[in-house]
Amino acid sequence: MRRKAETLRPPKNRQVKKEGQGNLQIMRLTYVVVVVFLCMAGYFSWFMAAKSEKVINHPGNTLYEALAKKIRKGKILSADHKVLAKTKTDSSGKDTREYPYGKMFCHVVGRNTNSMTGIERSFCYTMLRSHINPVSKLVDTFRGEKSPGDNLVTTLDYGLQRAAYDGLGDYKGAVVALEPSTGKILAMVSKPAYDPNTVLVDWDSLISADAEDSKLVNRATQGLYPPGSTFKIMTAMEYLLEHPEKYDSFQYECKGSESFSGNVINCYNKERHGTLSLEMAFAKSCNGAFAKLGTEIDLSKFKKLNEKFYFNKALSLDFEYSKSRYSLETRSDLGEVTQTAIGQGKTLVTPLENALIAATIANNGVMMSPYCVDHVESDTGDVVKSFEPMEKGRIVKKELAEEIGEMMKSVVKKGTASSLNDLSYGVAGKTGSAEFDSEGTSHAWFVGYAPADEPKLVLSIVVEGAGTGSQYAVPVARKMFEEYLGR
Amino acid sequence: MRFFGNTNGIGVIHSVLVELSKYLIIILFAVYTLHCFSVFLGKNGERKEKIYHRQNRIMYSIHAVCALVLFLNSLDIKILGIYALQLALLIFVNKAYVYVYKNASKMVLNNMLMLLMTGFVMIGRINQGYVIRQMVFAAAICVAGLFIPFLIERYQHFDRLGMFYAAAGILMLALVFVIGTEKYGARNWIVVGSFALQPSEFVKIIYVFFLAAFLAKRTDFRYVVFVGAVAGLHVLVLVAEKDLGAALIFFITFLGVLYVASGRGAYLFAGLMGGVVAAVFAYHFFSHVRTRVTAWLDPWGTIDGAGYQVARSLFAIGTGGWFGMGLGEGIPAKIPIAESDFIFSVISEELGAFFAVCLILVEVSCFIMFINIALKMKRRFYKLVAVGLAVEYIFQVFLTIGGVTKFIPSTGVTLPLVSYGGSSCLSTVILFCIIQGMYVLNEEGERKDEKAARGRNIPDSREKSGRKRKAGTGDAQKG
Repeated sequence: MRRKAETLRPPKNRQVKKEGQGNLQIMRLTYVVVVVFLCMAGYFSWFMAAKSEKVINHPGNTLYEALAKKIRKGKILSADHKVLAKTKTDSSGKDTREYPYGKMFCHVVGRNTNSMTGIERSFCYTMLRSHINPVSKLVDTFRGEKSPGDNLVTTLDYGLQRAAYDGLGDYKGAVVALEPSTGKILAMVSKPAYDPNTVLVDWDSLISADAEDSKLVNRATQGLYPPGSTFKIMTAMEYLLEHPEKYDSFQYECKGSESFSGNVINCYNKERHGTLSLEMAFAKSCNGAFAKLGTEIDLSKFKKLNEKFYFNKALSLDFEYSKSRYSLETRSDLGEVTQTAIGQGKTLVTPLENALIAATIANNGVMMSPYCVDHVESDTGDVVKSFEPMEKGRIVKKELAEEIGEMMKSVVKKGTASSLNDLSYGVAGKTGSAEFDSEGTSHAWFVGYAPADEPKLVLSIVVEGAGTGSQYAVPVARKMFEEYLGR
Repeated sequence: MRFFGNTNGIGVIHSVLVELSKYLIIILFAVYTLHCFSVFLGKNGERKEKIYHRQNRIMYSIHAVCALVLFLNSLDIKILGIYALQLALLIFVNKAYVYVYKNASKMVLNNMLMLLMTGFVMIGRINQGYVIRQMVFAAAICVAGLFIPFLIERYQHFDRLGMFYAAAGILMLALVFVIGTEKYGARNWIVVGSFALQPSEFVKIIYVFFLAAFLAKRTDFRYVVFVGAVAGLHVLVLVAEKDLGAALIFFITFLGVLYVASGRGAYLFAGLMGGVVAAVFAYHFFSHVRTRVTAWLDPWGTIDGAGYQVARSLFAIGTGGWFGMGLGEGIPAKIPIAESDFIFSVISEELGAFFAVCLILVEVSCFIMFINIALKMKRRFYKLVAVGLAVEYIFQVFLTIGGVTKFIPSTGVTLPLVSYGGSSCLSTVILFCIIQGMYVLNEEGERKDEKAARGRNIPDSREKSGRKRKAGTGDAQKG
């Protein structure tokens, strides 16, 4: 019997082997499949946790209708908790948005109807979530009422916004105010403005109004202006990047006008500035000197520098914006090169871009990503989510930023913005008068920051068609500095 | 203070139920999913039985809650009628299959019913007409499925018909060139009266039979090249129809079966390399392939064109959040082909991302059960068929879920059993039945062997090992 068993065994073993053939491969396939599916589930969870908030706030997403049936869109608050936008429910249960400050915040806060804009759009879904406790939510449901959505606390400073709004007066133009160390947007004004409370009624006249007016455009982020002399910051920066030793030794003899192979560059009112150092050429905003710098710099490097500052590039912002355009190529002709070097060519900036340049200098060469929502809180005041400052990266070296800063201080001490010199904390800045038509009318610019040695507030101001920066933009800056920092 | 605010009583009950059901359904489904895996932990047969029953109770509970929510939403009495019919169908399949498929895996059956039920609820929520059609198809095929074990037993020579499978498969696929119609950009439909058939769904099964029949015999190089050429022909026909999803499924299935049959990683590697080359080629020469890739890389930049579908899908999934909007509270009309290719997005939007993740895990559990069966299969042909069908199934799930969540470029395939679509439902139920049927047969064969061996007075040791193996097979074996 025992022998019999032994004779049976070999064939049986062979059979087992055949049966099991392929099982190893099957197991391997299974492991691969399981790993792939775990990756997919992991990716899906990551999308939900980290990406979905940004994705759903895309303007193409219209699913808010479904959420708005159950949630009353939350409030938008200024940094000091003044209500900038809230939802009002009428007796029939219909929701409308109310904007207590009307025109003052209309572009940055945005509107909720007629295609959403501003914060209303980019944080629409955030305000349509409710983080009040589940019991209260259930009570709301029982009572047949909507639950209150989460509120946004913005970085906007009410006083500063008011100063900017009043400061621009009846002029068209725009103001951007940033905190350089964080990138917080403290104020953002665009004029002319519209009343978001009545936008539904006014819509036809708003869109039919002649193009000059374009109240719906947020000039602060979408308006493209010639930078005028404020662009000399970029020209000076490139020149110093290539010739760091020339900071002290550069000299230029200004005769009020100079011809570069037939391309004539005039100083403002053909004023003769005489012998100038680089610092004084900047302070006095001498066109001849800077046109000359333009002929001495490497154009391909200059383009790279501008693109590092996000010219021609997407900024990934929470609101509608235009890309600033830098348009010099290495093959550009001399006329265009000299014009661009003084900010007159085809290169165009948004007030926001100019603010970012100044903020980068104020922040020792590191650019911070601009943002306007500080945190999200539930209706009962619990913080749901905070937004931390984010670096866009180091754009230039600290030393270079400091040198440019010194030059901007001279503008206030002994140059075109000397009317700000009495402010106790010191101001650094640059004015500009950007001609935009053949008649010589110009947009008035001021970019700058204060306190000069420990910057807390960066301003970028453009006043359309007004005249010189010193005359029209600097006074607005003064009002804002005084409001935010005192005298 | 008005307790009911300004809504009517039913409305309030409905909204409260929607809120509560969101969490209830997720918790129930999570427990179900947990059991799909916890069942492997012990060897205690009684405990397993309990788990299977609990899973059934969970399925019926979710079904009932969903029906109630949908009914209170519209107060349409038809919803209750449809629910009753669905319930009858589920109970019938549950009982009948346990009877016909003796010893088959109860877990596979549970999962099949769970997926069918989820499909019923979601399709019914999107379009009542669709769900009635889907129920008719499901009922018909589930009844037909009861005969599959007999068929397999009666015709033991399935493995001799390799050439026939190949010829029939390619002919059926090619048929759409003659009498086909184009739908959603792919010419892979045949319309007969009010029915639209998708031949590739049925060929999928014959194709696996073809692969298994050939590769069970030999796997030497020349032979593999021949089989590969025939399989490649299938794939090429599908590519010509612009049915990229199916083409990919056929290709991967070939590699899977070949790898298991030959046991050689080199084939798998060479195949995958060939696949990469073909993909690069396809990207450069077919604009519709490029469109899919562009949409995958940047759906936002192309939201009005190529990226439209994927962007809409992600909006729905993201807006639904972890807990979903609640059943009936989303807007599936804003998702393209919501009832079919993008049903996963609707599920995630309304029932929540937690539910969706559990669904992914249930699909994995299905696959593991299939593999469990394949491992135990004695006949090489059956083993390869089981592996082929398992790979085919899970790869399709991967394509559809990966596609709608932007994990991979979307290829436009259905989520088996859940998506609306007669052909897809039919072929998937058949797939489940074949795997189960082969297993039943395998187990019966084993028992016969044992009996025969016992008759021949085999020493105790053998019987013991047989019993041990039987116990070890665990889940798949019941009774």
